[in-house]
Amino acid sequence: MKKSQKSSPVIDIRALHTRYGKAVVHEDVSLTVQPGEIFSLVGGSGCGKSTLLRAIIMLLQPVSGSIRVFGQEVIGLSDEKALPLRRRWGVMFERGALFSSLTVAENVAMVLHEHTSLSAALIDEVVALKIALTGLPADAGAKYPNELSGGMRKRAALARAIALDPELLFLDEPTAGLDPLSASGIDELVKSLRDVLGLTIMMVTHDLDLLWRTADRVAVLDKGQILGIGSMTELSKLDHPLVREYFYGPRGRAAREQAWKKK
Amino acid sequence: MAQLEIKTDTASVPTSVDVRCAGTWTVQGIAPIEQRLAALVSTDAGQWVIDGSAISALDTAGAWLLHRTMRAVEQRGATVRISGLRPEFNTLLLLIAARAATAEPEAPVKIGLLASIGQQAWRSLLGFSGMLAFIGESAIAFLHSLVRPHRIRWRPILHNLQTAGFEALPITGLLSFLMGVVIAYQGADQLQRFGANIFIADLVGLSMLRELSPLLTAIIVAGRSGSAYAAQIGTMKINEEIDALRTIGIGPQELLVQPKILALLIALPLLTVYADVAGVLGGMLMANSMLDISYSVFLDRLEDALSLSSFLTGIIKAPVFAVIIALVGCYQGFQVSGGADSVGRQTTVSVVQSIFLVIVADALFSVIFNWLDL
Repeated sequence: MKKSQKSSPVIDIRALHTRYGKAVVHEDVSLTVQPGEIFSLVGGSGCGKSTLLRAIIMLLQPVSGSIRVFGQEVIGLSDEKALPLRRRWGVMFERGALFSSLTVAENVAMVLHEHTSLSAALIDEVVALKIALTGLPADAGAKYPNELSGGMRKRAALARAIALDPELLFLDEPTAGLDPLSASGIDELVKSLRDVLGLTIMMVTHDLDLLWRTADRVAVLDKGQILGIGSMTELSKLDHPLVREYFYGPRGRAAREQAWKKK
Repeated sequence: MAQLEIKTDTASVPTSVDVRCAGTWTVQGIAPIEQRLAALVSTDAGQWVIDGSAISALDTAGAWLLHRTMRAVEQRGATVRISGLRPEFNTLLLLIAARAATAEPEAPVKIGLLASIGQQAWRSLLGFSGMLAFIGESAIAFLHSLVRPHRIRWRPILHNLQTAGFEALPITGLLSFLMGVVIAYQGADQLQRFGANIFIADLVGLSMLRELSPLLTAIIVAGRSGSAYAAQIGTMKINEEIDALRTIGIGPQELLVQPKILALLIALPLLTVYADVAGVLGGMLMANSMLDISYSVFLDRLEDALSLSSFLTGIIKAPVFAVIIALVGCYQGFQVSGGADSVGRQTTVSVVQSIFLVIVADALFSVIFNWLDL
């Protein structure tokens, strides 16, 4: 099943234009994400990274262009037809978006109850496994989202995103607001998810460490346009003032040196 | 779909089991074999061989099922061996095994009947003492403002006057008018039977002024504004806006609670007078059309029937109701904790509680007025 897709891209965006009211967010954005790839969108605040993500997961209707996910056009897709597609991807929102009236375990279990016919006992076990996979302690499952710290909430949100073992995972700022230790835990987690489960991951992040350690390819967005796409090493050689600032600013340099040391 | 093929040796008590796994062992595919595997585990065989060479897809749910079956078999004292798994599936199985140690689902804590009664009682007691503390806090904040009147925030007071008072005019007027119509309608029939048509003015005037319009207005305002207070403050609390106010050095009492109390203290009596007028107007129209009592006759009789005290006994309740509604709404807002769910719950509680307390206060007023012969 997964082999046959190796040839065609998981996400294929062509000539995308989006608008918020009168403000133009994207102008002629095109990019492709290959299977098994960790693809990252970077750029300054308000450059349209999250908007692009929202357009791909059908929360936002673009003005024109085409977005194909698993070969299927998602623009103008009916909810009914989108359902099989939605089962194949998981989304982790920037602020978690956990349902506050449910415990963490119930949050994860809800997805499984909704979309599978497994027994309740097995679902409970799978939920506990997912919670453990994201590095949360076992007692976190019984807690409500507001009883968790920011970092734990992120992990819980990730547990819900991978509940159905999706083939494609969207991560919006997976490490924002985390302490360095938790953040590097997320780095490892993202990598191992890809390596072990063969996931395709598309993420939006500002975290340069995360980018150097995990991303296979990165797209730099600015003012609704793509400045460059490539691996971190390729991008760091790019001769655009903004990109240079991004990679060779004080923080960028530190992260790059870190990454070199690791290698 | 996941498939299973089970071979046991032919002895009456099987000693070895061969399980051949095939198909897609994924979260969507393993449902059909879940029961069979669970049943299989109870076989009393000492030797298990699991052949996984035909598994075409394996995800964490499938790997978990495999892992838990193997653990269950081992716990029964049998030996189990797995062979033929693809290397990537093997890595996944190892990862699951490593994580499984911490992945036991938590057993929910059961609470006995007695304990839950105790908890409930304790919670109500805490709620009551919290309310008392809140009233005290508001009173202190109010005294502070009296000493330093320049600290009173007029802008939020005016804003609250507009939303809780002015914008409530149409609905209060309409409902009170209809209430006057209904009372006149119900009374007309009875009064006509005794030839006491003219007393319709007494009936409508006294019941509206003394009881119905203060109560009706308070209930409308509790539903409109009390709930809004609870929802607003509750949402602010979730967003940590209340904490932000504290760090900036603005007391939430001063900015959020006090303007609301003061605005309602002004708005509710005014609304009540307005409701008095609308109610009497409704009764007057009805008296004219059903009992042929002309407007001038009705108004003459009204003047005789009503004394200043009957107007005042109604209007004096309004400020008390105002304080109840504003305090309960704000207090319930501050009680919000957690998420969206809690906002909804506390908003409901605020409306129910403030209407309940308004009616209790109204009953107390009746008793007191009775003592005082008013």
